[in-house]
Amino acid sequence: MQEELLFAGFGGQGVMFVGQLLAYAAMDQGYEVTWIPSYGPEMRGGTAHCYVVISDKPIGSPVVRNPKVAIAFNKPSYEKYEGLVAEGGLIAYNASLIETQGERKDIDQIAVPATSLADELGNLKLANIVMLGALLTVRPVLTLDAIREALDAHIPSHRRNLLPLNLQALDKGAAVVADRLAT
Amino acid sequence: MAKEMLKGNVAIAEAALRAGLEAYFGYPITPQTELLEHLSKRMIELDRVFLQAESEVAAVNMVYGAASAGVRVMSSSSSPGVSLMQEGLSYIAGSEVPTVLVDIMRGGPGLGNILPSQGDYFQVTRSAGHGDYRPIVLAPASVQEAIDFTVMAFDLAEKYRHIVIVAADGQIGQMMEPAELPPMREVRKERPDWALTGAEGRDPNVITSIYLKGEEMEAFNLKIQEKLSEIRRSEPRWYEFQTEDLDMLVVGFGTAGRIAYTAVEMARERGMKVGLLRPQTLWPFPEERLSQLADEIESVLVVEMNAGQMLEDVRLAVGGQIPVGFYGRMGGVVPMPDEILEAIEGHYNRLTVRTVRT
Amino acid sequence: MSAINFAPPENMEVVYERPESLAETHTHYCPGCTHGVSHRLLAEAFDELGLREKAILVASVGCSVFSYKYFDVDSCEAAHGRAPAMATGLKRVNPDAAVVTYQGDGDLASIGIAEVIHAATRGENITVIFINNAIYGMTGGQMAPTSLPGQKTNSSPFGRNVEMTGYPMRVTELLSQLDGTAYAVRRSLHDAKNIRKAKKAVLTALQTQMAGLGFSIVEMLSSCPTNWGMTPEEALDWVESEMIPYYPLGDYKVADSVANLDGGKRR
Repeated sequence: MQEELLFAGFGGQGVMFVGQLLAYAAMDQGYEVTWIPSYGPEMRGGTAHCYVVISDKPIGSPVVRNPKVAIAFNKPSYEKYEGLVAEGGLIAYNASLIETQGERKDIDQIAVPATSLADELGNLKLANIVMLGALLTVRPVLTLDAIREALDAHIPSHRRNLLPLNLQALDKGAAVVADRLAT
Repeated sequence: MAKEMLKGNVAIAEAALRAGLEAYFGYPITPQTELLEHLSKRMIELDRVFLQAESEVAAVNMVYGAASAGVRVMSSSSSPGVSLMQEGLSYIAGSEVPTVLVDIMRGGPGLGNILPSQGDYFQVTRSAGHGDYRPIVLAPASVQEAIDFTVMAFDLAEKYRHIVIVAADGQIGQMMEPAELPPMREVRKERPDWALTGAEGRDPNVITSIYLKGEEMEAFNLKIQEKLSEIRRSEPRWYEFQTEDLDMLVVGFGTAGRIAYTAVEMARERGMKVGLLRPQTLWPFPEERLSQLADEIESVLVVEMNAGQMLEDVRLAVGGQIPVGFYGRMGGVVPMPDEILEAIEGHYNRLTVRTVRT
Repeated sequence: MSAINFAPPENMEVVYERPESLAETHTHYCPGCTHGVSHRLLAEAFDELGLREKAILVASVGCSVFSYKYFDVDSCEAAHGRAPAMATGLKRVNPDAAVVTYQGDGDLASIGIAEVIHAATRGENITVIFINNAIYGMTGGQMAPTSLPGQKTNSSPFGRNVEMTGYPMRVTELLSQLDGTAYAVRRSLHDAKNIRKAKKAVLTALQTQMAGLGFSIVEMLSSCPTNWGMTPEEALDWVESEMIPYYPLGDYKVADSVANLDGGKRR
């Protein structure tokens, strides 16, 4: 098993954190994992991305040209990465900020109104966790329980009060795509 | 000790600290800054020496001073900063004081950029300052190796009273992976007998790199060369993958070597008899092993994140026995596995054509 | 080289001898050069304060490049201009040592000005002995940052033109402006009275360091008969008549903590 995921969005949308959260969860579940950020000036207000590779054997390259999964938080990211997703792969995108029907038909297109759902929870910054909840429901790279445990284990102590809200965001993301599972 | 999710820069800093680092002097530069930041907190917590110098020039000379006092000391920087340190490194080599330097390489020349690069290969293995010497250069390809090599760097530096450079690219500095840190070691209480501590109850010690007479300078150089020969015999390290039943070998270090690993896996799946040699010491270069393998194979492909620097060492080791190809990306561009695979295929197919013809 | 007999003749009272902190050897300095005087002052100060076994001397690049051979203390040789950085490294890991840099004007005021300014502003607990003779000695008499306006040197053969090469740098005044500097004074070695004053300043500077009060520097106006093209006597006169007017002697910074050393009775 090897999963390659690309998370991309504006700096400040929690792109790096959500990738790290997945990486922590993968480590806790006993997988090999790498997390690589884009870094530098582009982090200041521009687009930022990170790669997460999860595998059950030692990981060679931590970068991939055609990731199996892409998660786009804003329009520029969607435009940049939709074309790069591997055939048969999946792109999940923040439908609150990205209006599209999807150009490619050979990959799964998952629309998640993440920003609106986060707004319902009263904290726009939770859009990243909403996206993760939705993604893992459609494509169970790891279980939602693994993410719950990782949140509990690795959330910084000064943010611990936000743990219940993060768990709600995860569930909200899962619920919004639940119908896709039924079909 | 359990594995933790660690960023390369932080892992190196913490590993150095746990190896008994007593003093750190450095100057902020991307993409190594987290290393300095981590130590700015941890060293002070542990009542050890941390100082942000006014420049890399000052930092390396502060290191020179503390190393002359016989303590475990290091600095860290990135390519342009290492250029500024060349002067101090040469003095340190000429004074034989154990020193560790971490170079988290970025794109150049000039101000360049902050992206991952291997463009310092010549700078760290060749020049590293004026005069005849070569530092020991360790090239990790993962966060775990970055930890292990940092600890090893201090041991090697003291064993040979020499400079050890841990040369990693920005990607290793910035990436996170689960890795295991070594147990905490206290700083060493006793100092070596050559150290500058104040000549209490003994004859004064002198640390210098000046030998005005040609014969004396040559004698000192011969002593260094003897030491380097011993290092060359004893310290080459490398990693091999799929080197049994082999037609063609890929050679790459650090991040390029790690990405090449995936490309070699893909090539094997396609039935090509390809393997990987990933040097873990850039100097001493694992020339003997490469030369052995060259006897058994048809060709070599070198993969680097530069214009072909280690390529020269590979050619020297292979000695013209077989063709040596090259695939490189520069300026901070990290090659993807599929492009390395394409380079492997291209090189491998030429090889097949030639073999069929003969 | 044959051994030198430093033992005093029998049946004679010793009234003047080599300080213990000086090595039993000849120096390479030119006749009439004041490096010998400043070396002796520093060695006497080490002896008198009981610091010979705590001292670490950081020699620099210039005529004093071999000064580490002339002191019987732990010592090293820094890269050109970097002595304050090297001293910083040594002092930080040897906080009880007496770490002293010995630097000329080219080394300190030209190539090493950044290192000395930052050592001073950090309040680095080191002592700098700064030898200002307004010229590059070792390389054979080129213009220094401290060369006087109009001064002829081998790289300012028409006399230093300040419009083209800038003005002489008053280092002690400059460093006295920094909060980390505890003690910054200028002395001269052109006559016995001034040499005695210089000695007292070296003692105070070392006491400042050993009390952990901050950065200390003693600038000594010195002569270079060889590169100035003068006799030793003419050179001492030149220090007095030409250098002192441009580089006034005096105490530019004496922190209260330094003034209070020895219960308020500064040496």
